Amino acid sequence: MGEVAHLINGLRKHDPRAIGRAISIVEDSGESAEILLSSLDESLIEQTLVLGITGPPGAGKSTLTSRIISHLRKQGIRLGVIAIDPSSPISGGAILGDRIRMMRHALDQDVVVRSMAARGRLGGLCSAAGGVVRVMANGGCSTIIIETVGVGQSEMDIVRLADITAMVLAPGLGDDIQAMKAGLLEVADLLVVNKADRPGAEMLAMDMEAMIRNRKSSHETPVCRTVATEGTGVSDLVAAIGSIDQQHRASGEHQYRRKKSFQLEVIDRALEIIRPELFSTLKNLDGKHELDPGRTARRLVKMLLLK
Amino acid sequence: MTEKSSKRYRVLVGKPGLDGHDRGAKFIARALRDDGFEVVYTGIRRTPEEIAAAAVQEDVSAIGLSSLSGGHVRLFPAVVEALKKFHAEDIPVIGGGVIPDEDVVALKKAGIIEIFRPGTPLKKILAAFHQACESYHHKAFR
Repeated sequence: MGEVAHLINGLRKHDPRAIGRAISIVEDSGESAEILLSSLDESLIEQTLVLGITGPPGAGKSTLTSRIISHLRKQGIRLGVIAIDPSSPISGGAILGDRIRMMRHALDQDVVVRSMAARGRLGGLCSAAGGVVRVMANGGCSTIIIETVGVGQSEMDIVRLADITAMVLAPGLGDDIQAMKAGLLEVADLLVVNKADRPGAEMLAMDMEAMIRNRKSSHETPVCRTVATEGTGVSDLVAAIGSIDQQHRASGEHQYRRKKSFQLEVIDRALEIIRPELFSTLKNLDGKHELDPGRTARRLVKMLLLK
Repeated sequence: MTEKSSKRYRVLVGKPGLDGHDRGAKFIARALRDDGFEVVYTGIRRTPEEIAAAAVQEDVSAIGLSSLSGGHVRLFPAVVEALKKFHAEDIPVIGGGVIPDEDVVALKKAGIIEIFRPGTPLKKILAAFHQACESYHHKAFR
């Protein structure tokens, strides 16, 4: 208890060690995490902009994130970065290497970078990401960038958690059929064609623009072209993010997404709580072997609800 | 992930100074990963301050430094000093690389808890990281 109060105080003072420690507590979950998260100032969380950066491995997410940080820092914004890399399915360990691309900000006290391992989660985030956003908001970060694990087509967790999601693409990863496919491309708020100086980049950008034109959606998804290693196109990208954020806040979309995100996280957590109960109830069902998992599942849920 | 909810230790592996030979650092980073550690890898050519600041933000339980070019005498203690500046001198620092006998004593005196040289069995290095992390947590979380 005393420790949590100490940390909350440290967050308020933007103390780097307190922020780091508080994030670890949230990451490891448990009782202290609950106390900590419930002691946070909600109003600070509401004011933040949570920006998701997603895309396939090697597209340039970390390098682009570093450039976006530079731009936002010029505007005097204190910001947080959550950079997620995959955990080993074999050892559970991880190499967290996104920070290397962001080392130019290492001594800037107003850039709070935290590398995190996905810890078995498959949706592109780690399960603590939502909690870490709240901690960073209370540590004075008004913009929080979440860089996902390198993802493919279906990792939607980021779209749920972030206010705005940018999908970073790079040329050379497939033809226009890839652009037609359902999935993440459809729900991202911005598409970024990075490595725009490479052969094939303009073709990719045009494929993306064609895909968007054929869409029935009410708002247009911008396609930005960047060369992250040189910083080209990044100011246009940051401007596009800003204008989407304004639109979303004015139209109520922002509030709607936050509410939905909250509900989905509650359901996730509820399922986590129920999971061990399901296992123990399933053991009681044993003996009567059924072949249809769907039917067994319905029986299981019925039994659990009767308890 | 292992069934037993053993604590996942976070460590930082980095190279201070201008030495670009990162084979050793990468080897250790991978070995730690394969032993279940979450390794924040900060890459080559970092200043001691950058490494210390990253260690604080990442709240790691130990730092591993590698040097293959002779800069360890100045740079390893400089990381310990930088940690003090950030009020984080409790984070244990382990060093490794091409380091002559006579330097080992001086480095330990300067606060590097272990020094590993070529030929050290990997098991011994991993055990040192485990021990450093455990004792750090024992102190940090009472």
